[in-house]
Amino acid sequence: MTDFITLDPAPAPAPGKGATVLEVRDLSVDFGVDKKWVPAAIGLNYEVRAGEVLAIVGESGSGKSASSMALLGLLPSNSRVSGSVKLAGQELLGGNEANIRSVRGKDVAVIFQEPMTALNPVYTVGAQIVETIRLHNEVSPDQARERALRMLELVELPDPEKAYKSYPHQLSGGQRQRAMIAQSLSCDPKLLIADEPTTALDVTVQAEILDLMRNLRNKLDSAIVLITHDMGVVADLADRIAVMRRGLIVETGTAAEIFHNPQHEYTRALLAAVPHLGQGGAANDDDVDVTAALAAATHADLDAVPRSELLRRERENAAALAAAASAASTAAKEQGEPVLELTDVAIEYPKQGRVPAFRAVEGANLAIYPGQVVGLVGESGSGKTTIGRAAVGLLPVAAGTMKVVGQDISAAKKNGRQLHEMRRHVGMVFQDPSSSLNPRLPIGESIGEPMFLAGVAKGAELQSRIEALLDQVELPRDYRNRYPHELSGGQKQRVGIARALSLKPKLMVADEPTSALDVSVQAKVLELFQNLQKELGFACLFVTHDLAVVDVLADRICVMQRGRIVEQGTRDQILRNPQEPYTQRLLAAVPLPDPEKQRERRELRAQLLSGAS
Amino acid sequence: MATYILKRFLQLIPVFLGATLLVYFLVFSLPGDPIVALFGDKPVNEAVAARLREQYHLDQPFWIQYLLYLKGIFTFDLGQDFSGRPIAAVLGEVFPVTARLAVMALIFEAVFGIIFGLIAGLRKGKFFDGTVLVASLIVIGIPIFVLGFLLQFTIGVQLGWAKPTVSSAATVQDLILPAIVLGLGSFAYVLRLTRTSVIENMNADYVRTATAKGLSRFRVVRVHILRNSLIPVITFLGADLGALMGGAIVTEGIFNVPGVGNRLYRAVTQGEGPTVVSIVTVLVLIYVVSNLLVDLLYAWLDPRIRYDA
Repeated sequence: MTDFITLDPAPAPAPGKGATVLEVRDLSVDFGVDKKWVPAAIGLNYEVRAGEVLAIVGESGSGKSASSMALLGLLPSNSRVSGSVKLAGQELLGGNEANIRSVRGKDVAVIFQEPMTALNPVYTVGAQIVETIRLHNEVSPDQARERALRMLELVELPDPEKAYKSYPHQLSGGQRQRAMIAQSLSCDPKLLIADEPTTALDVTVQAEILDLMRNLRNKLDSAIVLITHDMGVVADLADRIAVMRRGLIVETGTAAEIFHNPQHEYTRALLAAVPHLGQGGAANDDDVDVTAALAAATHADLDAVPRSELLRRERENAAALAAAASAASTAAKEQGEPVLELTDVAIEYPKQGRVPAFRAVEGANLAIYPGQVVGLVGESGSGKTTIGRAAVGLLPVAAGTMKVVGQDISAAKKNGRQLHEMRRHVGMVFQDPSSSLNPRLPIGESIGEPMFLAGVAKGAELQSRIEALLDQVELPRDYRNRYPHELSGGQKQRVGIARALSLKPKLMVADEPTSALDVSVQAKVLELFQNLQKELGFACLFVTHDLAVVDVLADRICVMQRGRIVEQGTRDQILRNPQEPYTQRLLAAVPLPDPEKQRERRELRAQLLSGAS
Repeated sequence: MATYILKRFLQLIPVFLGATLLVYFLVFSLPGDPIVALFGDKPVNEAVAARLREQYHLDQPFWIQYLLYLKGIFTFDLGQDFSGRPIAAVLGEVFPVTARLAVMALIFEAVFGIIFGLIAGLRKGKFFDGTVLVASLIVIGIPIFVLGFLLQFTIGVQLGWAKPTVSSAATVQDLILPAIVLGLGSFAYVLRLTRTSVIENMNADYVRTATAKGLSRFRVVRVHILRNSLIPVITFLGADLGALMGGAIVTEGIFNVPGVGNRLYRAVTQGEGPTVVSIVTVLVLIYVVSNLLVDLLYAWLDPRIRYDA
């Protein structure tokens, strides 16, 4: 099995010329499941030098997280680890507990994925950092406090004193992750393991945290192992990359090698599956150069790229877009009665007991015409999901009018029958495919239930319709007697789509339908979705935080911020020529899965931010 | 916070009125004439009976009786029981005894329940865990009067480790065995609750963070797991204090403890309205106040909980 490693190109000496900090040899991890050893990582070999970022990328189940947690013995007790892990020459595996404990937090620190749950909710941030400092250093409480405050300052928290005294729930997600990083760095670790450090964060916050990590890396000269599934994050931060699949490292190389000259077919497939900005729009296979487009829209100059070069690229963009526009006359899209029409809509979460009503959306205007896909994008808390839920009548409209398939449902608040009638024309696909299917119903019944309830089909007729729907979402017909837990995430989401399609809806509301899926699965589900949409011609409100996904799918895009739609227009208007500063910032924050392009974007983003302040 | 506490105390007023009214009505509706019952087998002396009826306002309609009782309370006069002693004095006699018993039971179930639950949770699936789980199930399954008589006989009479009955002074020593019997059922619940809570928190992300910081296992458990695990346990214990005081009737009967339960039982069988109502009202107030204390403790344990008025 180790022959993959011999195929690897020799590790390039390029960025990290420091001493080898971490040396992993033949590292294998197994988990005991039902009295059998199931391998999670097999014979891994890699090393990390001081000042170097090694990214371990892979999809869920590739063993990237398990193998990294094994370095510090942080795996649950049903696991076994073999091989050798040397930190600056000192063996970490197989030693006694006290030995590894003195390394944890001091020489090797970890940043976890969920800043929400990775800090103890009942202690202040300051207390938790002080705990770490005093554990590994003989210092007085005052000295520890001072050091903790300095760390909080180092991670650029706006008010370190206040953050010190705050409990984790009083900080935002980004601030919590900064506090987590402050804690990790508080004992000057030689090695930092960052396990999906930005996955739970919004893109603009993610960009800030990535900036912070890059600055710290330059300042502190520690080695970083970055575990992630996000190719954009990898392109932004990594010097070297190890690609993992099913427990094996299939390829390692410098960032440039992996992105521009991937050797292994899996790496190539993975890179191809990543949706990225600039993918849609152009008629041929070339991407639109979003950096040049954004630079043109914001009149920014870049040091890295000459102005003439930017202009040339932007001219190419314009030509490509013009060609695409004439090829598919998108103008034909806005015809007939809108399927969904919002006029000055405000949506409130009704008051519950003593919690007052919360207005999540204000003054929203939006129209979706038959056959159109409108992407509703925004960061968490922007109100995008709220609009999606109100469109299917799950939340009442507090002000304004909302028309769904010609019916005014804002007036239908108390008219249950009208809402019932409306829902026959609207399908919804939910974010989490695992929890949105009833675990005790075979999937065939889940798919058939809407048709049965609406009285459109029963008996043999219903069965044949269920089969037809399974065909449409490309699932085998005999799957209909299976239960949700027997299906993979992508298959479950296909079931979700089939259920939403079962009443032949005129409008489909899709709420982050692919955000819980791995990229390669996401790519397939999105392709299916696109094909179905073209074939069946339903209109769609596609709610997502991922600008690259709407770039592929949407005809029009609405950008939301703090409960308001700040900008809307055709896909090309929004993504190639954004006018609102917020849209520009949002676009600039999306990392591109290409190290060179990402370097340009970083500079552009820095300019936008300094221009704004 | 202060406003919140004040608000909670103001809530005591409707609780108090509602509880007294309901209990008074229930006692009023009891069949039989308590005065006649007082004479026992002897022939009823109509003149004496009439005088007694007048003294205890039993000749009045329900509302007048109830209002007179309320008036008594606000003038600090709870009236007298049928043997002529002031009810206030009776309360002052029985409540300290039962409070002592209930608090001892509470300490017993909290200390042992949390310790056993913690160890069982940390050793999930091991021998200790299995043994404790089965044992707690047995304790929950057996009715308290069976357990009570069993322990009274074995530990009290045969082994002589503790006194099988309680003296009229009801000292702490006297009450050890009754307190264990009283707290045994809740002990099993506390144990199971702590165990579940510990198991849940052991897998929490912040526990992994704490381990990754290099903390010793002991400190991870004591500082990071225990405090988070205690939050649901505290809620149960607070609610249980009231239940222990009111639920001590059986235990007090078995060990002949001169407490609330015994006195209440007698008052109910004799139809002594004011005595029953007074005892029950105090129990209700204790229940409400201990719940308030739990809520405040809750906010102290979990900073995410904030009470805004």
